[in-house]
Order: sequence, then structure tokens, then C-alpha cells
Amino acid sequence: MTLLFRQSRELEAQIDEYLDLIIQGGLLFRQGVKCFLEHRLDEFEVRLTELRAIEQRADHLRRTIESTLYIHTLIPDARGDVLGLLESADEVLNMITVTLKRFSVENPELLDDLNPLFQDLAASAIATVESMVAGTRAYFRDLAAVRDHVSRAQGYREETNRLAETYTREVFRRNLRLSHKNQLRYFVSHTEQVAEDAEDVCDRLAIAAIKRDA
Amino acid sequence: MIWFFLGSGLFLGWSLGANDAANVFGTAVGTRMVRFRVAAAVASLCVLAGAVASGAGTTETLGALGSVSAMGGAFTVALMAGVSVTFMNRTGIPVSTSQAVVGAIIGWNLFAGAPTDPGVLVKIVTAWAASPVIAAIVAIGLYGLVRLWLRHTRVHLLGRDALTRAGLILVGAFGAYSLGANNIGNVMGVFVPVVPFETLHLAGLNVTGAQQLFALGGLAIALGIWTDSYRVMTTVGEQLYKLTPILAFIVVLAHSITLFLFASTGLQGVLRSVGLPPLPLVPVSSSQAIIGAILGVALVKGAGAGVRLGVLGRIAAGWLATPVLAGVLCFVALFVMQNVFQVEVVAR
Repeated sequence: MTLLFRQSRELEAQIDEYLDLIIQGGLLFRQGVKCFLEHRLDEFEVRLTELRAIEQRADHLRRTIESTLYIHTLIPDARGDVLGLLESADEVLNMITVTLKRFSVENPELLDDLNPLFQDLAASAIATVESMVAGTRAYFRDLAAVRDHVSRAQGYREETNRLAETYTREVFRRNLRLSHKNQLRYFVSHTEQVAEDAEDVCDRLAIAAIKRDA
Repeated sequence: MIWFFLGSGLFLGWSLGANDAANVFGTAVGTRMVRFRVAAAVASLCVLAGAVASGAGTTETLGALGSVSAMGGAFTVALMAGVSVTFMNRTGIPVSTSQAVVGAIIGWNLFAGAPTDPGVLVKIVTAWAASPVIAAIVAIGLYGLVRLWLRHTRVHLLGRDALTRAGLILVGAFGAYSLGANNIGNVMGVFVPVVPFETLHLAGLNVTGAQQLFALGGLAIALGIWTDSYRVMTTVGEQLYKLTPILAFIVVLAHSITLFLFASTGLQGVLRSVGLPPLPLVPVSSSQAIIGAILGVALVKGAGAGVRLGVLGRIAAGWLATPVLAGVLCFVALFVMQNVFQVEVVAR
């Protein structure tokens, strides 16, 4: 019995650490984008390296959590939902990492006067991720609070969509090469996708919470 | 010859273990919250403890209904109760061993010309009708308490899982104890007046003949748990009820409390001492208590509309059909045993 409780506490700590890593990944993304926009490329690369390490650690943790849940047949009534939530949250972190990596690989020519708008876009996308993580934590401890976090995430996602549209319209209004316009649109939509993926996790979360409450 | 006659009671015990242990540990094992070996070990030990320590109360009530006076009679009563349960099981109605045994005892009374005390009969029938209702009320109360506790403590889902596992084992142990205490009268009650076991003196303890019989019955129940309850447990856990582990905890605890209320002489004394009317010590149906508890939870969760009244009607029909069938079968079998096999079924 002691083993059972110790195992459960260890797994709780692992899940908390996993969610912490997603939050840290979001912060690094926001800082990385800021460094890139301000042309501080060395600092940007440091952030990217840290983000990659976090992503690897999160992948490893997720696999450990999943196998522990399966091997010890823990939370049989909610296991499927929890595994689904952890996997889809992992996709969000992957998207964050891939998007920042593309800045490093493609070195896009962002428009200096639109940089505040792009920073707002990145901040809003990461705010969606942070609400998603808060909602996921609430799923484990305080089911009634899940709905609030999901609503907040939806609000941030809508804001992200609005900012992305504003940025893209502005880009296509200007007299730029079509390839340049397309590249900028590509980076905007990738950043926007972070919020979309986070909202997908929230959709799962809302259903999982209803199932547990029933 | 004694052991041959006791065989029918032991068979009844084996059948009880195989079927009713699933009420206690079915969901826990079916959902893999508790391993079968752990469940079987806990259930076997506790059912034996309940039978030996607290089995006397319900046995006394059955004795007051009709004291079977010959070994052959006791054999026939237990055998026909078992046959009735087997037959009724095939109809798909959640049938009660208690009801079959009471019907068979009344059959013996009719055959032997012994009077059936209507007061005792009313007490028994009232307990049958009350037990699912009490289980439902207890389940509703427990559901409210558990929900309140979960809201206030905000335990992590995994911590809750660990607590539920521990809880399922503890309430399973309590349930098995209550099952042994309440239902051992069905298994061995009819043999108590006729089996000439001497009191044993073991390590300073006096083990009466009745307690030796209850221990034997408890072992038969334990054998039933180990040999044939796994299949029933997984059926209960995976197909019939579809309870979440927390609901299973609530339902099993409500069932166990109900069985305990109708079996504990100690509790009866406590109720009397505080001026409350004591509940009769009557063997009630474990399956019907479980159904009552599930109904209670379903009602409080707002799923009452989904309760199939037809099924409830079939259960109520079972209350009537089982004792009548057991009584008729027992009467006929006693006639055959006495006149064809020349076995003494009523002491002269």
C-alpha cells in the first residue's frame, strides 16, 4: 500500500514537471522571438538550444508517465483521456520548438515596423498555451476550474487569430516580393498554429472534464 | 454419512462464494483496480472471520422460522435451496440464496407439520424489502459525502486513484465479513440443530459446534471464491454495472453496511442501548443490496429515468417466485427422500 502511494506521488511530480516544461518552453519561445526581432542572434540561439533540451526532456518524461500508467493500470477510468491530453500537449511543445527552429534555419526578413505586432502575436499564442497548461493542471486537482481556463484559452486563441490576420493583411498590402510575403505569412501561420494546437488540447480537456464529472 | 449430508450445505456455500463475492470485489477486479489474488485472499479470510464471529444472529432467526430436526431433512432443505437458486439463475433474475433457504424451510415445516411463526416470517420478508431501500439510502448519503470531500480536498487524480484502490480493498474486506456474517445462516443454518459436533477447546478458546459448522461453510465460500468467482467478477466489472472505481467504492460500502446492519448482534445491542428499535437479524440478499445501492447512486446522479422498470419488476417477481419454488421443490423432495430412499427427514 505504501508503494502504491509513493508511486502515485512520484507520478504526480512527473506530470507537474512535464507541464512545467511546457510553460518553460513557451517562455523560451517568447524570449527567442524577441531576441530574433531585436537581431540579438547569439541570445536567440541560446534560447533555441535550451528549448530543444526541454523538448527532449518532455518527450522522455511523457513516455515514462505513459508506460507507468499502463504498467501499473493506474486511473483505469481516466487513463485514455490523460494519455490523450499528454500526447496532444506534447504536440504543442513540438510546434513551439519547430517554429523557433525555423527562425534559425530560414532567417526570415521580418519587417521592423511590424515587430511589435509579431511580438504581440507570439505573446498571445503562448498565453493560449499557458491557459491550456493551467486547465490541464486543474483537470487533475480542481475539475470545476477547468472550464474557466478553457474559456481563457479560447479568448487568447481568438486574439492570436486576429493579430495573425492583421499582420498578414499588412504584409500583403505592401510592395514586397511574393516569395517574401509568402515566407512572412508562413511564419505567422506557424506561430498561429501554436495557439490552434493549444486550443485543440483544451477541446479534449473540456470533454475529459465532462466525462469525469458525470 | 454426516459429511455426505453436509455436502449440500457446502455446495450452497461454494455457490455463494462463486457468485456473491463478485458483488464485493467485482468492479474492483473487473476494472483492474485490485488484483484477483488480492481480492480472493482478502475475501476468503474476511468471509471466514464474519461467518465464525458473527454468523449466529441470522442463524437464530432462521432457526426460529423452522428448526429442521433430522440430518436428512437439513440435507434436503439445503439441496433444494441450491437447486432453486441454480434454476432461477437461468432465468436471469438476480436471485437470493436467503429467499430460497427460507422457502425451503417453510416447505420442511409444511411437510413435517411444524408451525411457521408468522411474526418471524413477516420480520424476514420486511427485511428483504427493506434491504435494497436501505442500501439505496446509504449509497445516496455516501455519494454526497464523497462528492463533498472531493470538492474540498482537491486531491490529485492519481492520489485519488491510490486512495480508491486502498478503499476498495478495505470496503471489500468489510463487505466479505458482512457477507460471511449475514449469509452463513443460509449455508449452514439448517444443520446447526442436527449436527452433533462437540465444543472444541483450542488454545484457550471454546469453539462451539455451530462455530465449527460456520467455519466449514466459510471454507466452502472461500473455495467458491478461489475456484469460480473470477469469471463472475470480470462480468460484473466489465459488462453489467459499468461503475467508475469511486462509484464502486460507494456501492460496495453501502451494500456492506446494509448486510452488516442485518447481521451484527453488537450493533443490535448498541441500537437498543440508545433507545432505537433494533434491526432484525435476517439473512438478506447480497445481490439485491448491491442493486439497491446502484439504483440509489443512479437516482442521485440524475440517471433515474434510465432505470428499467421491467428489470425492477423481474426482481420483485423473484422475491415471490424463489421462496415459492424452493418450498414446493423441498416439499416434493422430502416426500421422495422419506418414502423412496427411506431417509429420516423429520425426527420422530
